[in-house]
Amino acid sequence: MSTAAQVEDLLRELAPRVLVALVRRYGDFDTCEDAVQEALLAAALQWPSEGVPGNPRGWLITVASRRRAEIWRNESARRRREEAAASLAPPSPEPAPVVDDTLTLLLLCCHPSLTPVSQVALTLRAVGGLSTAEIARAFLVPEATVAQRISRAKQRIKASGAQFRMPADADRSERIAAVLHVLYLIFNEGYTATSGSALLRVELTSEAIRLTRQLRTRLPEDGEVAGLLALMLLTDARRPARTDADGALVPLADQDRSKWDAPAIAEGITLITKTLASAPIGPYQLQAAIAAVHDEASRYEDTDWRQILGLYELLRRSAPGPMVTLNRIVAVAMSQGPQAGLEALSAAEADPALADHHRVDAVRAHLLELAGDQEGARAHYLRAARRTLSVPERRYLESRAAKLALPSQV
Amino acid sequence: MKYLILIYSNPQSRQIWEGFSDAQRAEGLQHYAALNEDLSASGELIVSEALSDPSLAKRVLVREGRTTTTDGPFAEAKEHLAGFFLIECQSIERAIAIAARVPEAALGLVDVRPILDLSGLEM
Repeated sequence: MSTAAQVEDLLRELAPRVLVALVRRYGDFDTCEDAVQEALLAAALQWPSEGVPGNPRGWLITVASRRRAEIWRNESARRRREEAAASLAPPSPEPAPVVDDTLTLLLLCCHPSLTPVSQVALTLRAVGGLSTAEIARAFLVPEATVAQRISRAKQRIKASGAQFRMPADADRSERIAAVLHVLYLIFNEGYTATSGSALLRVELTSEAIRLTRQLRTRLPEDGEVAGLLALMLLTDARRPARTDADGALVPLADQDRSKWDAPAIAEGITLITKTLASAPIGPYQLQAAIAAVHDEASRYEDTDWRQILGLYELLRRSAPGPMVTLNRIVAVAMSQGPQAGLEALSAAEADPALADHHRVDAVRAHLLELAGDQEGARAHYLRAARRTLSVPERRYLESRAAKLALPSQV
Repeated sequence: MKYLILIYSNPQSRQIWEGFSDAQRAEGLQHYAALNEDLSASGELIVSEALSDPSLAKRVLVREGRTTTTDGPFAEAKEHLAGFFLIECQSIERAIAIAARVPEAALGLVDVRPILDLSGLEM
């Protein structure tokens, strides 16, 4: 007998391999994916009480194949004729080596014809083995929305004419970049969760890490895959300290660093150090390197801001964006003083992409506070609180404002 | 990110609609059907609904545990909410592009409101 949790881990591990086996055999990704979901569900119900079969993968393939035949029989006559014609078509002429198949599946789920929300949902179900209900709970949307998202995504893939095979070399790096982005989105969704269904959403970080590890075994030489994995490990390591008992956000400066996950930090640092020395540098590696510098400081005051600033300079060139600009300005302030930071912030605001960003007020408030301008800091914390789209961030910004005395009380 | 797209109606938009022939109305509704279909296909649609006439609205009041209703104050209002799309997409730019496809946008009667997120990043 196995516990439900052990069965679940096993099923998640097997899910993409079973799906790949079915798609290789029958070709119709859409129906095969539904059939595998049903087989996983059957196993999740039966195995904890009846025991895991001797050949769990074979069991799942058999049940999913049977289920696929049933779905196929239940479809309309017109659809059935189409399917029959399709199944007569020869299967993919030269099956790729088995080891690459999960990667092929991942690339298909992150197909460029899909929007990111659909790529995320399909990846979590087809590769991650999560159910529609689990995905819906994790993303706080109705189950019907996720079900629709997945079925329409599969239709789109079909309509785009995409095949279950590795993309041509010319497209490959772009397609892998799309996969990394999806894994990054999944991770962030889990990591930024602070309350409500936090417990359920936390699983998304482990799921993203698990899938990225899986991807790394397929692409061990890819520096950005390693960089993303290191970034996830080094960021997730701080999760136990990033919220307090009430679920309120704790800024990096005030986190209890003894709560950080030391083994995850050690693994992340080893990985990013090795990768930076051997692979062409990329944005995920740079972000991981920045996270590593933060994680290496045993106290906030010991943070090597000059090194962080240097890394942000590189990141600004390779992957510019509002958050990179703002984080770089914080590094400027921390290494050269708040006045230098405020000047950089005023200069950066000339860029329209940044002028309207809600984080500008939060950064300005922080820098004004460092510079001793309590009144200005308070006003900007409040403005930032009003403009943020995040409930926990609003709560944090309001509490910062409240801590600063009103001018009349100084 | 989730966004709510609010579609309002006002005397001008009602007059335009009432002046439409059946064919023009069908065409107008087709714009909505196409938008719904595209957002379903892209996975971005969570829900969309059209609201009934504001004269059917009830204002709900609970006092000392007793619930009473009055006819909504919306009946006299010149501008009222006529429908909405709740969507999930990557950016406010994308949400605006979607809102721009709502026919009422030509009359300036469409708003996009970001939904507050329960997630947050420490600073």
